[in-house]
Parts: sequence; C-alpha cells; structure tokens
Amino acid sequence: MQPSETGNPDYFHKVVDCQWACPAHTNVPEYIRLIAQGKYAESYMLNRASNVFPSVLGRTCDRPCEPACRRGRLESDKPVAICRLKRVASDLRGDVSDMLPKIPTKKNGKRIALVGAGPASLTVANDLMPLGYQVTIYERYGKPGGLMRTNIPSFRLPEKVLMDEINMILDMGVEIRYDSPVESMSGLLGEGYDAIFVGSGAPRGKNLDLPGRNDTDRIHIGIDWLGSVAFEHIDKIGEKVLIIGVGNTAMDCCRTSLRLGGKDIKVMARRPRAFFKASPWELEDAEEEGVEIVINHAPKRFVIEDGKLVGMEFDRLEWDEKAEKSKVLETIIIPCDDVILAIGQDNAFPWIEKDLGIEFDKWGLAKVDQRTFMCTRPGVFFGGDSAWGPKNIIWAVEHGHQAAISIHNHCQSVPVTDRPAHGMNLLSMKMGISEWSYHNDFNPAHRQKMHHVDLVQRFKDLNIEVELGFDLEQTAREAQRCLNCDIETVFSAPKCIECDACIDICPVSCLTMEKDGPEEELRKHLTVPAINLDQALFASKPLPQTGRLMLKDEDLCVHCGLCAERCPTAAWDMQQFQIFISHAGDPVTTQCAAA
Amino acid sequence: MPSIVKPRVAHPSLKRNDVGLTVRDYEGQMSTLCAGCGHDSITAGITRALWELSIPPHMIAKMSGIGCSSKTPTYFVNGAHGFNSAHGRMPAIATGANAANKELTYVGVSGDGDSLSIGLGHLCHAIRRNLKMLYVIENNGVYGLTKGQFSASADVGTKSKKGEVNLMAPIDPVMLALSIGATFVARSFSGDKEQLVPILKAALSHRGLALVDVISPCVTFNDHEGSTRSYIYTRQHLHEATESNFVPPAREIVAEIARQGGTNVTMHDGSVIHFSRVPDNYDVSDRKAAMDYIREHPAEVVTGILYADESVPEMHEMNKTPSTALAHLPYEKLCPGSAILDKLQASYR
Repeated sequence: MQPSETGNPDYFHKVVDCQWACPAHTNVPEYIRLIAQGKYAESYMLNRASNVFPSVLGRTCDRPCEPACRRGRLESDKPVAICRLKRVASDLRGDVSDMLPKIPTKKNGKRIALVGAGPASLTVANDLMPLGYQVTIYERYGKPGGLMRTNIPSFRLPEKVLMDEINMILDMGVEIRYDSPVESMSGLLGEGYDAIFVGSGAPRGKNLDLPGRNDTDRIHIGIDWLGSVAFEHIDKIGEKVLIIGVGNTAMDCCRTSLRLGGKDIKVMARRPRAFFKASPWELEDAEEEGVEIVINHAPKRFVIEDGKLVGMEFDRLEWDEKAEKSKVLETIIIPCDDVILAIGQDNAFPWIEKDLGIEFDKWGLAKVDQRTFMCTRPGVFFGGDSAWGPKNIIWAVEHGHQAAISIHNHCQSVPVTDRPAHGMNLLSMKMGISEWSYHNDFNPAHRQKMHHVDLVQRFKDLNIEVELGFDLEQTAREAQRCLNCDIETVFSAPKCIECDACIDICPVSCLTMEKDGPEEELRKHLTVPAINLDQALFASKPLPQTGRLMLKDEDLCVHCGLCAERCPTAAWDMQQFQIFISHAGDPVTTQCAAA
Repeated sequence: MPSIVKPRVAHPSLKRNDVGLTVRDYEGQMSTLCAGCGHDSITAGITRALWELSIPPHMIAKMSGIGCSSKTPTYFVNGAHGFNSAHGRMPAIATGANAANKELTYVGVSGDGDSLSIGLGHLCHAIRRNLKMLYVIENNGVYGLTKGQFSASADVGTKSKKGEVNLMAPIDPVMLALSIGATFVARSFSGDKEQLVPILKAALSHRGLALVDVISPCVTFNDHEGSTRSYIYTRQHLHEATESNFVPPAREIVAEIARQGGTNVTMHDGSVIHFSRVPDNYDVSDRKAAMDYIREHPAEVVTGILYADESVPEMHEMNKTPSTALAHLPYEKLCPGSAILDKLQASYR
C-alpha cells in the first residue's frame, strides 16, 4: 500500500474523532485540556472560534462528537462527556469581553441583510462584523434566537444564557429589526444590499391530517406550541397529553407539558425503540421525569365527542426485525385532553417570488450549492434549516461560517468557489526522556453522571434549569478521561532500527511491521486485525533494514505515548496536531468545483 | 524508565487461550531496561510463547541470575513464581527448584556474562543433567550494566563503542552446548519474533534442557558500526538453517513437502502453517552435522533449531525420582527419620 499522506490535514484530523465528527470542527481535546488547567476563558474562546455558541451548545448540542469518541470503542467504556465539559467552560469563564474580536470603526461600505435571527444568521454576523461589514438582521419576533429560543424550553436553556451569547454578536454593532418578518424577497432585494443571507429556519411543523383533526382546538403543532410557551402565550395544558412522534422536539414537548399542568404524558411512537430519532440522553431525561414512551402505535383518528377531544385511536403494530413491515394486532383508544404533533418540520418560502432567478426543487427548497451556500441567484445565500431542511444548531453554525466566506468573496469580487484552505501544524510534546507536555496516562475513570434538580423542585417553575452542570471534582475526573487523540503518533521511517520495542509495549496492540501488500490483506495480518474500516491504517515508507512497513491501526490507539518512550531512536514522536479551519477573511488558496 | 505503567486497557478483540487468558495476562512489570533493548523483545516473545501454550501462570517458575538479562523475568508473567539468584548461579538454583517440584515449567533467563563467564561451570552441569527447563541466553556481546566491556561471547575483531577491537576468541554457547551433549540447541534473533516464538514454544515442550541462544542487540553499548551484535549487522548476516514451527501433540497430519518453495498444511485449529524444506544437507538430529554446518558458515549468524534429541532422559528420569513431585510427598515419606537412615547406612557396611 502507499505510505499514508500525513502531510494532508485530513489524515491526522480524522484521528481526532470528535473534532472530525463536529460539523464546525471544534478543537475538543485542546479545550478539554484548557478546562483541566482551569483556563476556562481560554477554553470558552477556543470553542467560540468554531461553534460561536458554547454556552447554548454545552446544553443543547446534538453531540455528534460523542458517538464518535474513541473512548466509546474501548471495551466496556463510554465516550467522554464532551458536551457537559463545554458547559463547564462557559459556566466558569468569567468576563471574556476583551477577548472578543475587535470591530473596526471604519466600515468597508458593504451592507448585508440576514433573514431571521437564529444561529445561522448570527454566525454570519459574527464572522462578517470583524471584517467591517454593516449587517442588518430581520427578525419576525420581538426577541432574537430563532429556534434556540422558540423550540428549546427554558428548563434546558435559560434565557439569560442564550441572551449572553447572542448579545456578544449583537453588541458588535449589528442592526437588528424586531417584529419585521420579510414579506417579499423582491422588496428586500430592492433595498440595495450587497448580499442577502436567508437563515429563517424550517418554520412549518408537519400536520397529521386524520379524521377529527379540524374538529377541536386541542391539537397542537409541536414547534408552534413550544414557541407560544416561550413567548408566554400558553401557560397551561390538560392533564392527559399525547405527544405524537419521538424526536427531540417530542421530548421538549412532553417535558414542557409536565411543567404546565400535565400529569399523564405519553409519547406515542410508531416503531420500536431502536428506531427512535431522539437522542438517547433526551429520552433518558424525559423518562426520568415520568413520561411514558409507548412504542408500536400508529395514529388512526382523533376521537371527538360533543365537539371535545377525548382521545385518540391507534393501531397497535407488530414489526419485523428491521421495522420495515408491520401488521396490526388491535385497535385501541387512548384517552387524552390534548395532542401535540411532533412529527417533523418543513421549509416554507411563500415570501420568495418565483421570478427572481431563485430556483426551487420539487420539495419546495431553494437549489443551494453544497459548498458555497449560494442559490441560483448570485448574491443570495441560504443556511441553517432553510438550506436543506431541519438539522441542528451546530450544523446551522457551520453553514453560517461557510456562507460568510462566500459572502465575503462575493463582496470582494472573488469567485465564491475560491475557498480558504485548512492549514495544519505538528508540535513535538517531548520535554525530556519519558516526559511529555501532556498527561499521557490512561485514566480508567467512568463517565461522570450529570446531577439534576430533584424531581419535585424542578416542576415548580418552567424556567428552572434541570441540569446542574458538573461540579469541579466531576470536571477534573471527566477531563482526565480524554485520550488526547490530537497528540498524534508521528513516525519517521529512516530512523527506525526495527527493534520491536513499540510493538511490544503498545497496550492496544495497534502496531505491526509487515511486508508490503494491498491494504485489505495487510489489515488481516496485523497483531490484531484492523476490522474497523472507518479508521485509517497508517503505513510508513519502507523501513531501512528490512524494507518492511510500519503499520498502525488508528482505531483504538489511546495516545499514551509509550511507543515513543520505548523508541531508542525517536522514530516515533508524540506531536500535537492542530488544524487551522479557515473562516471568512482568511487567505484564499484553493478552488472548489461548483456543484 | 517509562513515565507510566502500561495502561490496563486492551484491544477488545484480543484472543483468549485455553485457560481463558489474554496475552496481556502474561505480562509483567514495566521494563527498566534501555528503550530499544533486544531483551525487551525476547521478553515479549517469552510472554507470547507461554500464552500460546496456555501454561497457567501459577505453574511457571522464572529463574535468573545477575545482569540486564536477569532483570527481565520481572517483566513477564506477574502471576508466576520466580527466583532472582546470585550471579551465574541460576542453573544451580533452577536445579534445586526443579528437583523439589518438577511439575512447574522452568523458564531460565541468563545473559552472556551470567552464563559464559561467572556461571559457565553451572551452565555446563545443568546441560549434563539435562534439567527440564527453557534456558534462554540473551546474548549481546557486552556487559551492559557495567557500561559496555566485551563479554565472553564477543567476536574477534568486533569494536567497542569507543573503537577498541576485541582480540580474545569468543565462547559460542551453541557450539559449547553441542560439544557437551545438550539435547536441544537453538539460536534466534530478538528482532525476529516470527522465528523466535515457535522456537521458544518447542524449547518449552522439550524433554530436557533446551538452550536457546538469542542474539539481542545492546542498543546503548553495542549497536554501532563495527559491532557484530548490532541490529543491522545481525540482520545482514542472519542465516536461517532450519525454519521452525511448533506443532502441539495432536492427531498426525501427513503432508509431502515440496522440494522447492513450500507446502501449506491446515492444522487442527483451522490455522495454516507454511512448511519449507530444510536444506538437503541439514539433519537436525545429527550432532556432528550441526556442528559442521555452523563451522562451515563462520561469517553468518546461523539460526533455527539446530539440534534436537528427544530420546535422552531428563534429570528426574535419570535419577528415578517418584512420579509425584518431591515437594508434594508427605514429609514422613521424604525424610523417614534417623532410624531408617541408620538402617540404610548399616546396609552399606
């Protein structure tokens, strides 16, 4: 096989599983080390550079990093509680105002309009304000935040936490027009902005058009209902509530119902548990509060008696193993006072005229380039849930970063397809013989469990944040669980004398010296076969004495550095890998093919 | 000395042997030898061989004397018995231990200083007694613990780190053992575990004393240009006389080995072993031929199982000791008292 291209930023980046999995590529191991050192403000700012809303995300992120965490692949171990540690950095950061980007007083003369004050638009503003742009946000409601405000209940995300982070951006001098829904794209184009970004989300909750749907006012669309609760238009609900759907919105709906007077809350799922969309931890939190999750029930009709919703009829199903085919076992009626529909969201752009050169696909979504986020009309960009339908906050942030790069290019007359390249750096961690400037020992501690406000106290007020956050002892323990996957094993073939020391010492048997061959063959003949094809097999250049290759299965390396400590010639070294993810304003060096 | 103890975390798909243990269960303490020491590789080879043979750790006795080599029993099989004896006295202590309890598997680890200088006589007599044990000589040609003076196995003409040339003739443990009647003699190289591990497994299963001389470069004092024990020199001068594979006792599988190339044979556990024919002029059961072969290749490091004879009784067989280990006999039987002794002595008068 060909020697691995470790000079390509992607190679080592992929070894840092969490950072690779994060849409915004947050430098997780480094921010965890900063937390361990008590440098909370620095840790917060490192987070902020990538994900813009560390306090919000530290409570609400979908955490694609955690299933990716290498620790979860070790025997009977669980991922590092990355998200909870992020919250620690934000809780303890103190004042960071002097570390925020400086905003030039002299503007560059370019005016940008952003539609919607959600995470995507706010990220665009965050990236463009330091470059001298004048940014105007149009927000339909009287308060900013978009979905972060309307769909995430305040017992998970306190308003103050949200506002602190939004204000960091608005205080850069963003002009925000509240209660100003954009009614016409044509009109907005007429305002003479240099670029327009649409970050208005996917605001239309899906309906369930079954018999009885329109015969009562006690059937609610989940995201609209959560929004009304957030704006205090709704403050109570019936005792018996059925939530239809089992995604994260359903979890927010059922837990909110409990706080508005609901006593008997059931979440109704069509399919078995293994096929739920909700994050496992959100399900866990809902069940802890006494919500009942009912599987294998398909909604059939709303039962209305005397104009009043009294229940809902379901088919009880039995599924095959893959939950593809089902048969009806029986039909039952479950009594209820209210039904909340949480079965997904659609995009809706009634305000974009069809003759503006903005093309739409058959699902009603604008045709948006996957990399530049520009639609078919130059100068108009989409991001967040408006681009390709509902995702999550961290994706919206990444869309914002990419759209900001495009908007900057567009305004500077650079093709939007010219993207700044990612840079990388490797820095040796060697301090002396068997001495490293990182904590290289493997810590067998178990994942720390989040403490919650007790089950009586938490229901007293809708705004009581349930999760207490890690205390300092939990933080210290959890931070030490991180394997420091960004401290890479860097190999130099010409120095190797093939003494076997590294192979003998590796605790997870990931090293082998073997004659060259095709990768699929070599993967079978390692000290322990490399069966996880998602992880790279490192291959060195031929070794000087025998011409064999040094091979390393990147799958389970715990980055303990023992290979480098036992290497007599420093052919192995532990080096900190840093990837420089470019944002708007960074030098443009590569081109991408327009889709 | 490594900064940390090897983490107890292991690869989830590590195999288990017949007694339910992984190879990690056969490890010892962290090595304090220099990074890159050949001895550490031999330690890893012994660890693997003991694990592959599924010998329960508590049925192993690790014996050693003094020197870098003799520190290494600490670095494998934590759960085994062990005796770190006086310089050169490992064979004597092993003889006593083995005499008392022949049920254990004895793993003696010694060096070229320990066995070829101060302990030479003890080595010779252990060979004569055909003591059932694995006797590993970790042979690096220098006294590493005292900063690299030539040892008794240093070749004529080899250079020390400071450039001094050795003029004294070496004692070759392989030739010595062959000449005084050893029943199992092999040589290998720490940097070639594919050869070393099967040899160690065969040696551990031998009827009597199995001497395995392992070339083990001293990375600190004998891995330079001009040395005949460096990694690069050894690799350039390796000459594999026989290719070794250990086959545990089981139903016989008959296969014809091709004259050229080799033959793949499927073993009882489904694994496949590649056999190639040893040179036509090599007979592993012919002592004289083995010695001649080594003499005919003076510039090379001849490796492999060079001589093996399973027909010679080991110490207990020669002395007709009881089938139960002496250590497990009731005391009254082992030491029947002065009246019986008097009677015995009277019978000689």
